[in-house]
Amino acid sequence: MAHFDKAMPFSNKWMDQRLAVNTLQKVMSTEYWIPKNINFLWAMGMILAATFGILVISGIFLLMYYVPDAGNAAAFDSVNYTIMSEVGYGWFWRHIHGVGASLVFLIIYIHMFTGIYYGSYKRGRELIWLSGMGLFIVFSAEAFSGYMLPWGQMSYWAGMVITNLFAGATPDVLGGALNFPHFVEWLRGDYVPGQAFLGRFFMLHVLLMPLVIMGLIVLHFGTLRIPHVNNQDGEEVDFEESAALWKAGRKKEAKVIPFKPVFLSKDVFVMGVYFILFFYLVFYHFEFAMDPVNFDPADPLKTPTHIYPEWYFLWSYEILRPFSKNVGLIWFAFAQGILMTLPFLDRSSNVAPANRRGLFGIWFWALLIDMITLTIMGKLPPTDPTFSMIGYIAAVTFIGLWVVLPFITMMEKPVGGKK
Amino acid sequence: MSDRRQFITGLGLAGFTGLGALGVLYGAKRSWDMLPSVKAGGFTTIDIGQAQENVLNTEMWRGKPVFVLKRPKSEKANDRDIVVDGQRYMIVVGLCTHLGCIPAYYPGEVKFKCACHGGEFDSAGEVLKSPPPSPLLIPPFKIDGTKLVLGEEGPEYKKLKSAGLIG
Repeated sequence: MAHFDKAMPFSNKWMDQRLAVNTLQKVMSTEYWIPKNINFLWAMGMILAATFGILVISGIFLLMYYVPDAGNAAAFDSVNYTIMSEVGYGWFWRHIHGVGASLVFLIIYIHMFTGIYYGSYKRGRELIWLSGMGLFIVFSAEAFSGYMLPWGQMSYWAGMVITNLFAGATPDVLGGALNFPHFVEWLRGDYVPGQAFLGRFFMLHVLLMPLVIMGLIVLHFGTLRIPHVNNQDGEEVDFEESAALWKAGRKKEAKVIPFKPVFLSKDVFVMGVYFILFFYLVFYHFEFAMDPVNFDPADPLKTPTHIYPEWYFLWSYEILRPFSKNVGLIWFAFAQGILMTLPFLDRSSNVAPANRRGLFGIWFWALLIDMITLTIMGKLPPTDPTFSMIGYIAAVTFIGLWVVLPFITMMEKPVGGKK
Repeated sequence: MSDRRQFITGLGLAGFTGLGALGVLYGAKRSWDMLPSVKAGGFTTIDIGQAQENVLNTEMWRGKPVFVLKRPKSEKANDRDIVVDGQRYMIVVGLCTHLGCIPAYYPGEVKFKCACHGGEFDSAGEVLKSPPPSPLLIPPFKIDGTKLVLGEEGPEYKKLKSAGLIG
């Protein structure tokens, strides 16, 4: 088709002929159907997209003054002196960036557990789950690389501990096949985290990882378009039939609403509530996202007395900690990967809220409580035997829960959900 | 296009693209290698003649702390001890072999404790408490009177290494 009717430049007709804007608008928003039967937890995706946008904008302003120089505490000073006390509103961007990085994980976890609870990862929605877990992993890498940049004590020692994970198991396991001693030095470009390390993590944080995140967000939205979002009862909605009812004006009978403007108005309301919390934290309680230990410049000759990651990594860190090095590494890798396999380990065909699925309901709450326990224990020092024991039990429970999942879901009876 | 022609064209295109990709991968790997200037800074000379018994000295080598401890007479001799000028020393990289935190020395208890994951070592660098999988690592050294060149493999180091005692 290369015939164009005469039209006013940039008018709707002119744009539609060249870019199919009307079709695009229909497919992406005005005829993208959302079930009516959902609650505020379905707004978390848009909240995440908005928070990511805010992180990008605040990051752009921080990037203009940040200096990725590991020598003479130059990177440290560019953050803690230049940005914090010289740049007008520099503190504002930094506190938005720090609070945003923390809250984005809170919302990611809520988003994930919503998906697990309502079974929104099966019957056509497997790719949504997989692309979402991909986003979780890349967001983790993004958060970790960003945490290196102020080059304080926690940055340095977190960098030391996490890169050492990549040295692999000790040589006595499998004849040394899992031992990569020189890989760590190659990864760092130095014997210890130094200039080369800071430079490459800076690049990852400000360019490569954000690009990957943007690509994955597009994929995540794409995987959602055909199966549509799930609903509170796991009901299989006939979207075409319901959409026809809506378009015929029988809106009460239709089980769906269009994304724009109807669902979007609810999204915007939930976002409004969320941003009240967000900016309350930015202005009055930013310190929860700023570890005091990281206000000392990096010192290779002094480990802080107690090293712990940010709260959102604590549960997997606690799975690493109570075991000997090799065993700990194996379970740590297990914890990182196992959530990915959820759509395939859940052998039941039921798509329904966890509390209607018998044993799976217990499994869901056990997983949630176990991960909260791991998070709390991960924050405590390793010296107390009682807490170490609780952490150990919680770590073993985590592994056990995933082992039993296929069996309890295999035995699950079909749930007669609302039709 | 005939099947044969399509196959040959495809093979040629894939072959050249593959070769190019391999070249780029190699270049990318090399650009992440340690810089020559970083490698060249890997030698440090320390003098341990003035060390006092059961007092921990920390030196810096390749950006890592190196522990020098003149072992107390009360402690049992260990095959890992480095004998300099008739005295027994523990000379190790001061990073826990678990994940690389610096263990702190408690002279009263004559042991090292790591605050990160709770590992413990004795005054010869041997593991007392897990998770560390192996003793503290002995760095390459060359003895020269009461001086030690860290980063260079002297005969004493090679002997320890062939006996499998360095870490």
